[in-house]
Amino acid sequence: MTEALLDPLPGLILLPLAWGIAAFLLGPGRGAAPAIVTLSLQFLFCLQLTHQVLADGPATHPVGGWGAPLGIDLMADGLATAMLLLTQAVALPLAVYARAYFRPGAPEARHFWPLFGLLLAGLNGLFLSADLFNVYVTLELVGLAAVGLVAMGGGAGQIAAALRYLFATLLGSGAYLLGVALIYGSYGSVSITTLEPLVAAHAPTLVGLAGGLMLLGLMLKTALFPFHFWLPPAHGGAAAPVSALLSALVVKASFYLILRLWLGPLAPLSALHPLLPWLPALLGTAAIFWGSWKAIRALRLKMMIAYSTVAQLGYLFLIFPLLGALGGLQAGIMQAFAHGLAKAAMFAAAGVLIKATGQDTIAGLAGAAQKLPLTLFAFGLAGVTLMGLPPSAGFLAKWQLIEAALGQDCWLIALVALAGGLLAAVYVFRVLRQAFLLTAPESSLQPVPRSLEWAAFALASASVLLGLRGVELMQLLHVGWAG
Amino acid sequence: MSTGLLFALVGAALFPMGVAGLLVQRHLLRRILAFNLMGSGAFLILVGLAQRQDVADPVPQAMVLTGIVVAVAATALALALTRRLYALTGRLELPDVEHD
Repeated sequence: MTEALLDPLPGLILLPLAWGIAAFLLGPGRGAAPAIVTLSLQFLFCLQLTHQVLADGPATHPVGGWGAPLGIDLMADGLATAMLLLTQAVALPLAVYARAYFRPGAPEARHFWPLFGLLLAGLNGLFLSADLFNVYVTLELVGLAAVGLVAMGGGAGQIAAALRYLFATLLGSGAYLLGVALIYGSYGSVSITTLEPLVAAHAPTLVGLAGGLMLLGLMLKTALFPFHFWLPPAHGGAAAPVSALLSALVVKASFYLILRLWLGPLAPLSALHPLLPWLPALLGTAAIFWGSWKAIRALRLKMMIAYSTVAQLGYLFLIFPLLGALGGLQAGIMQAFAHGLAKAAMFAAAGVLIKATGQDTIAGLAGAAQKLPLTLFAFGLAGVTLMGLPPSAGFLAKWQLIEAALGQDCWLIALVALAGGLLAAVYVFRVLRQAFLLTAPESSLQPVPRSLEWAAFALASASVLLGLRGVELMQLLHVGWAG
Repeated sequence: MSTGLLFALVGAALFPMGVAGLLVQRHLLRRILAFNLMGSGAFLILVGLAQRQDVADPVPQAMVLTGIVVAVAATALALALTRRLYALTGRLELPDVEHD
């Protein structure tokens, strides 16, 4: 047990599980302090793992010493380690934020900490899974915890959004499970590394069907256009720390799986037809334009940010025609980091603005900049990342995407990326313009805890500063890259 | 025809029925039942397809046991949310999406 806790691989799953259960035992609304302390430890574990993976290559751990195929193997290559790093980097400031956001004893915060712990255990488990069935179980854990978090407010709108989300996520994982069943029936294995040569050697039609089902189910869970219908009510209706977690991390988990399948076991199938990788890119393009349009027209602040998530997820799918070279993958993961940090910051800043003004329309933000300059600065910095202005991580992601696109003669993708940045500028400036309006001094704002503002600011500055330190992240992705 | 293949074919019939129910039905209880039908279809395929020469493979059976636990948890969560929605609105259908 102690040995397992010192190894980062099982530790990253056991620790959040432990503080989630501890928070449940402590009672409703409690457990913030152990969560924050353990999250810091998880973050250190992640840094240690990053160091280890960079030095010695992919790390593995057979759970309980059993080993595959009888037991479960955990595996961390460069891609998985990068996603783990993003998860802990977003979760830690959000935990500090949530501690100040939920008043002690507030009914809407009764189950936040246990669900948060379970969500993180599921996410970390998902990134570390080395077989398709373990992925299914962690996918469901993440989905159920996320639905619980959406329903936490307890209002009719939130319950309806949670149910709609639950049905979407169950349908997605059901399609994925059927794909796993067909693959096991064809090859008698679910290990990702074992499957790769088997599929490459012989792939009957049944496996093509299985691959299609798995990718379709995961796209539904990633809310790729036109499967995004469940996302805006769920992300826009939940409490601010929950929206931040869902938009920054949960949708990235299923994207990571699509990437892992596409580059791994399903690679021989996606190479069958040259136009196949253009299908996700086409849907991504539609997502960028539709999501941005809805964000520009949204009346409520959190709905605007939720539709912006629909648009930003579109960029992640633009990379699929470019995955022949490492540059495409690097652009996608950089975009996942940029959006994860910036969107968490934006929802956190929106939570401050909503608490201060007591309402959540964009029109009602007039004068907020005079009273809450730090929050508005955080919102603006996050906006800089979403628009892709230098020196932010968003700029680096777009730069790499455009470079990879032009290098492979896909200038259409470069055009879409540039147009999306302009559209993002329109919806970010809509909010900022309103907030910087001068109002009569009697308009009063509720006081908000300073730690809320600083947590939002920390996330936003991380999303910008990562642009200056992107090289390390790019190196990490070299580890385990097969192409 | 072997028993395993028969199981898999029944599963292949159940799964799309469940998906259709989940998409088309409006009554929440029917949708929850449809989800369970879909899950059972996938489980039957998982067990049936892996069974060669009528020798049972234990690995997919362990997987299906895990899958059943997940499905029970998901059903319980869906029922709890449905009850809550009924207590709040008196309806067993999801309201139409508000356009914002």
